[in-house]
Amino acid sequence: MGSLKFDENVCATCPSADCLIKCQYMDFEEDEAHNEMMKIVKGLDSRVLHDCVTCYACEEYCRRGNHPFYLIGERREEKGIYTASRAITNQWINLTQMQGKPMVGTVKDKALSSCFIPDLGALGSGELFKEVFPAVTFGAEFMCPAVHTHFAKMSVVKERLPKVMENFKKLGVKEVICLHDECYGTYTSIAQAYGMEVPFKPVYYMDFLLTRLKELKDRIIPLNIKAAYQRPCSNRLIPHKHRLVQEIMDYIGVDMPGRKYQGENSLCCAEIIRSVAGYKLADDIQGRNIDDMLEAGAEYCVFNCPACQSSLSEKVSKKGLKPVHIIDLCKMAVGEKGREG
Amino acid sequence: MKNIYEALVEIMGERGVSNRPEEIWFYGRDPGVLPPHPPDYVVAPETTEQVQKVVQLANREKIPVVPMGNGMALTGLVIPLKGGIVMDMKRMNKILEVNEMARYVVVEGGTSQGMLKAHLRDHYPRLRHSLPDAPPTTTIAANVSLHGQGCLTQQYGFNSDMVSGLEVVLPTGELCKIGSPSLGPYWFSKGPSLPDLSGLFLGWLGTTGIFTKVGLKLYPNKKIREMEIFVTDKAELVPEIIYKLTHLEMLEDLIAWFQPKPLMFKDNYHLTIYFTGDSEKEIEFKRTMIWDALQEFIDNKDGGFMNVQAMKPNLMENPQRGIAAFADVPRGGGFEYSGPITLIELYPQFAAKVVELAEKYDVIYSSAARVISGGHSMMFSISFAFNRADPAMMERVKKALDEATEYALKMGGIPWKPNYMEQKMTMDHMDPNTLKLLRMIKKNLDPHGIMNPGNWEPAP
Repeated sequence: MGSLKFDENVCATCPSADCLIKCQYMDFEEDEAHNEMMKIVKGLDSRVLHDCVTCYACEEYCRRGNHPFYLIGERREEKGIYTASRAITNQWINLTQMQGKPMVGTVKDKALSSCFIPDLGALGSGELFKEVFPAVTFGAEFMCPAVHTHFAKMSVVKERLPKVMENFKKLGVKEVICLHDECYGTYTSIAQAYGMEVPFKPVYYMDFLLTRLKELKDRIIPLNIKAAYQRPCSNRLIPHKHRLVQEIMDYIGVDMPGRKYQGENSLCCAEIIRSVAGYKLADDIQGRNIDDMLEAGAEYCVFNCPACQSSLSEKVSKKGLKPVHIIDLCKMAVGEKGREG
Repeated sequence: MKNIYEALVEIMGERGVSNRPEEIWFYGRDPGVLPPHPPDYVVAPETTEQVQKVVQLANREKIPVVPMGNGMALTGLVIPLKGGIVMDMKRMNKILEVNEMARYVVVEGGTSQGMLKAHLRDHYPRLRHSLPDAPPTTTIAANVSLHGQGCLTQQYGFNSDMVSGLEVVLPTGELCKIGSPSLGPYWFSKGPSLPDLSGLFLGWLGTTGIFTKVGLKLYPNKKIREMEIFVTDKAELVPEIIYKLTHLEMLEDLIAWFQPKPLMFKDNYHLTIYFTGDSEKEIEFKRTMIWDALQEFIDNKDGGFMNVQAMKPNLMENPQRGIAAFADVPRGGGFEYSGPITLIELYPQFAAKVVELAEKYDVIYSSAARVISGGHSMMFSISFAFNRADPAMMERVKKALDEATEYALKMGGIPWKPNYMEQKMTMDHMDPNTLKLLRMIKKNLDPHGIMNPGNWEPAP
């Protein structure tokens, strides 16, 4: 089991305390932010350990690579501080437990990982995924365990992640194309933070998509639509990949009008926040987020993560926005899917 | 008994009566664990007059008569324990009247839940009835005769409380109207302000008469139906959670359940909360009231609302089909449950007993407790699944259920739709004068003991 590589001096000498100053769900003055973070570093109690809604964003805000979110999770678990109720926390642990029922396609050098999310199986199909679709993997045995960081169960992450990577290793794959944003974040951020060696090359599905779109450029008909993008929490673990959204949108003729809540200021889909902090904050976040999409003039709400899509689809639809996953948007552009998604 | 067959043919016509082996086999059993017993004849009346004539014949010849709806009670209530005639009521399936303003319906004694649901959906979309968690082919008359429950039981009580009038063929063959239809054309009250004679028939499991018509109250069918699931890992908190939720007086239905499989449900207690509204505004108001009511449990990390998106399509089905999956019915499985009516405050003890029995008898369990009448009581189901190809497992389930009933009675509960052995256990626990009254009523209504004999039949 790996341990978190965290450099206390990096925080002690931090000139900004951006990890907490930029937090959209807790308010801090600069000195207070620094002090609270140092309390966490030293293993002391801090209001952060009780109030953090687990949006992952501090992983992006920290430009010094010191993984504040993982540390918060570690400290919460050490102190027995639950984020959501015990029942919900354990439900997630049980739900995602390996039970020897994985689904594995014809896997050779590459695997197409659908994590443990049935919706991803359907998304990773068609012309765009023609060559890798048969190599699909699905099940708890191939699920990134990052979701447990929301519940401060870092021990579950540390216990399961090596097993997941071992399961891929047993397949003999060299590359794993991650259809779930969070899988790529797990293999490139969490594994690295805990000093775990990843026995394959993780491939971010948007990199794969962009390559395929370029190969299929003759088939692309610009969509000429306006869309708002719902950035998932897991994308905070891999902020350098965020630019791919804009590149893909540009390639398929989708305009992303400027928004208040975009990029670093993106708002969470709030489904986990509903469990962690209650409906009032979750409703407030979702309301502000959707209003912002509408004010920007968006017609579509584009998702990266199926969990965000599940939590927000009905709500954006009721406001007149069309919910669509970015893969389906690409399928629309190459003529594989109707406009309504 | 050839002359009986001919007499039945004379009443029913050739196609309305049978003593063929395949039908005798079919009508001799139900889907539960009790052993079958064949009837001598099966009749399927189409008219009240036919019902009366068959009962008159049976009374004259002292032949048992077992009224049957769809036979889905699971506790052997339609197994003809002493042979005789099984009377399949399903051909009497007309919906006779819907009074929209007074919100009631009058149906024939074999009308199914599904037929009424479809009729209301197509012709009276503003109205609904309390659908039980049973296949849509189950009948309304059978359901009320065993004090069934349904999706509106939390609000309005047992489905039998919703009866608004009865027409009954007595064991001696007379036709009798109960409640307001005994005085005029309207079916709005089964009793008040008269002496409530419906109590002579409801809950008697077909041992005091045969329902040929049932008046049933209908209720507003709101435009939107929604749900939430609250989860806790502490059984001892369930009564207080239910108390706070029922205090809102806003819920359609409330069911507390637990089961070890699938794994995601292990070690937790789930409360499925249904609520309705005519607008998004009403729904959101009720949702926030429900969340606020349970905020203290959320703050203490003792419970929380789970994401229901994936489960919602199945849980919003009315009736639900999931129970067939629990029993693995397609592969020859089945299930039976003991469903005592008891106090909600006893939930933790009953929950512990389910797990104890499942371990003792090595059977798979699930439990779902439906809140009745805003929290005055609950129906606590202790369900065990079995494999029909495994007689030893069926015997273990039967023993586990018997022990569950003994426990329920010891705890002051009332067995629901008890099989004949559970009825005997119940009568053994009953106040002697109550039992005497029960016997007196039955003897007076059914002097020859022909109606569903073996049930509610105390030892002389």
